[in-house]
Amino acid sequence: MSLKIYVPRDSAALALGADKVAKAIAGEAAKRGSEITIVRNGSRGMTWLEPMVEVETPAGRVAYGPVKPADVASLFEADFINGNSHSLWLGDPEAIPFFARQQRLTFARCGLTDPLSLEDYEAHGGLSGLRKALELAPIEIVKQVTESGLRGRGGAGFPTGIKWQTVHDAKATNKYIVCNADEGDSGTFADRMIMEGDPFVLIEGMAIAGIATGATKGYIYIRSEYPEAIKIMREAVAIAQRAGLLGWNVLGSPNMFDMEVRVGAGAYVCGEETALLNSLEGKRGVVRAKPPLPAIEGLFGKPTVINNVISLASVPIILDKGAAFYKDFGIGRSRGTMPLQIAGNVKHAGLFEAAFGMTLGEIVNEIGGGTATGRPVKAVQVGGPLGAYFPESLFDTPFDYEAFAAKGGLIGHAGIVVFDDTADMLNQARFAMEFCAIESCGKCTPCRIGSTRGVETIDKIRAGIEPEKNLALVTDLCNTMKFGSLCALGGFTPYPVMSAITHFPEDFAPVPMREAAE
Amino acid sequence: MAMQAGTEAHQRMLDVVEAMKHQDGALLPILHGIQDEFGYVPAESVPVIADALNLSRADVHGVITFYHDYRSAPAGRHVLKICRAEACQAMGGEAMAERAEDLLGIKFHQTAADNSVTLEPTYCLGLCACAPAAQLDGQLIGRLDEERLREIVSEVRL
Repeated sequence: MSLKIYVPRDSAALALGADKVAKAIAGEAAKRGSEITIVRNGSRGMTWLEPMVEVETPAGRVAYGPVKPADVASLFEADFINGNSHSLWLGDPEAIPFFARQQRLTFARCGLTDPLSLEDYEAHGGLSGLRKALELAPIEIVKQVTESGLRGRGGAGFPTGIKWQTVHDAKATNKYIVCNADEGDSGTFADRMIMEGDPFVLIEGMAIAGIATGATKGYIYIRSEYPEAIKIMREAVAIAQRAGLLGWNVLGSPNMFDMEVRVGAGAYVCGEETALLNSLEGKRGVVRAKPPLPAIEGLFGKPTVINNVISLASVPIILDKGAAFYKDFGIGRSRGTMPLQIAGNVKHAGLFEAAFGMTLGEIVNEIGGGTATGRPVKAVQVGGPLGAYFPESLFDTPFDYEAFAAKGGLIGHAGIVVFDDTADMLNQARFAMEFCAIESCGKCTPCRIGSTRGVETIDKIRAGIEPEKNLALVTDLCNTMKFGSLCALGGFTPYPVMSAITHFPEDFAPVPMREAAE
Repeated sequence: MAMQAGTEAHQRMLDVVEAMKHQDGALLPILHGIQDEFGYVPAESVPVIADALNLSRADVHGVITFYHDYRSAPAGRHVLKICRAEACQAMGGEAMAERAEDLLGIKFHQTAADNSVTLEPTYCLGLCACAPAAQLDGQLIGRLDEERLREIVSEVRL
């Protein structure tokens, strides 16, 4: 058997040159007559070490990184294929402190296996959740998910089991499972990583959702900005269909479930569930008023479970290990684990899956290692473009849905973007309004008009035109947007804007005063 | 490009529509198919699509103009997308975006006079842990810096 060398095919690894590294390894191995097999795995999530190459030795996997194509010859010279020492040697990847501190449930296989090998998937515990689900009555599956305490990982945090229950109880000829893979929030990439690194876990989760609710058709709506995820998910769905995991008889059972991948077209608002449903139907991605809830009248007017990628990908382990096992992780009403995405200006950027409850300070300083630039942290935006900016004085906030809400923020999809002291919070507040203006679907007035007026008013503050009056106007506008918008785009844009104003008032002082203060 | 009925381009349009129109919610897949085929969504395709899906031309036009991805005119030979969202801003992405405009001599949403490149903003490529991020045609780029930007500029001008 030839030696296995793992070179990730995750987008972040590719963006840092993984393809060139894989090519260099293949070329050097051929030159030296070494018999190797290159496996293109997912990423372990330690992005600052990407491309991270792993070799399989009798003593286990040994990692090297970050590897550049120019390092490959010296790696062979140092006999890295036997795990020997080199300046890029990292040892057992799972013993790296960033990795060792995690509790990997949803991402257990990500980076470990070949994403497109169903055999590899099964050998590492894949499909046991679905097999157990097939032995249960649909209502029992729903009960497991409800009892696990799993809440929507896309941002809203709605209990997944309740959605499933509603669709289960609805009477209809057709029902759908829709996976929201329109991960548009800056600072988030967990959906992308699981689709690229362990696509079968999402397929398995959707199949379980279908069997639990009586839905026979699933759609994965992936944003067009994720070409690699689209490619890998499409291949994985085709493999699953050929293997009988999807189709008329899921794993030989009487249950039918099939799915297809659909691609978005660059509209951020389609991450909002009702806009996504309109987009899937071939319409403008305009938000729908609720009620009716998608669980009653969703895709094509039929009862629809619409869940985020991570919610669905967490279902197989819940069914496999039981609701109690999953619920045992976490605190308060935030149960289970959350893949934190640590990004922006941070030394150790990457994906860190952990039980709820760590403080923001631990995440940024201990796990993330502070800023990449070495300057002091000024602000941390949690939850994407619609999340609040937290100052260091709130670093004791535990990572938990309710704790963040109590501090005027939200955890959203758990994207954590770190800024150093060069950040200008007036600029960040202005960008939040500008982004809302660019991406507004236009259906409701507070969002469509309010965002543009917000940009203009913040510009006036910067120009020193009646700053106090205009600051009061922005505050009032935010109030209108928060309570008058149809969806979270207009409704949550006030979070970054108001948190910037509240926690960093010095950045909103008129320009002459700001200069004098410096 | 002449795209009247009977022309080769018109036939290509019909082929794309015909191959995709039978699926549920066919409009977005068809528009992606048309753009893959022609590099943009030609105005001449609107009546063809409307006819096939039994929609009004206004419906089809409304969908095309809603989404950022669909182009009404061909892009340059290369498309450079630079992420302008928060995680990239935190790593000096805005300075990179300005440098790109300077080096290419065009603003965002513009195509160079020699048609070599179109510069576009994007709001998140999911490369937030190796920001600032960019995409040159199909190729993803992490930790974009001045040096890489200069390489890109000479690459697209070849």
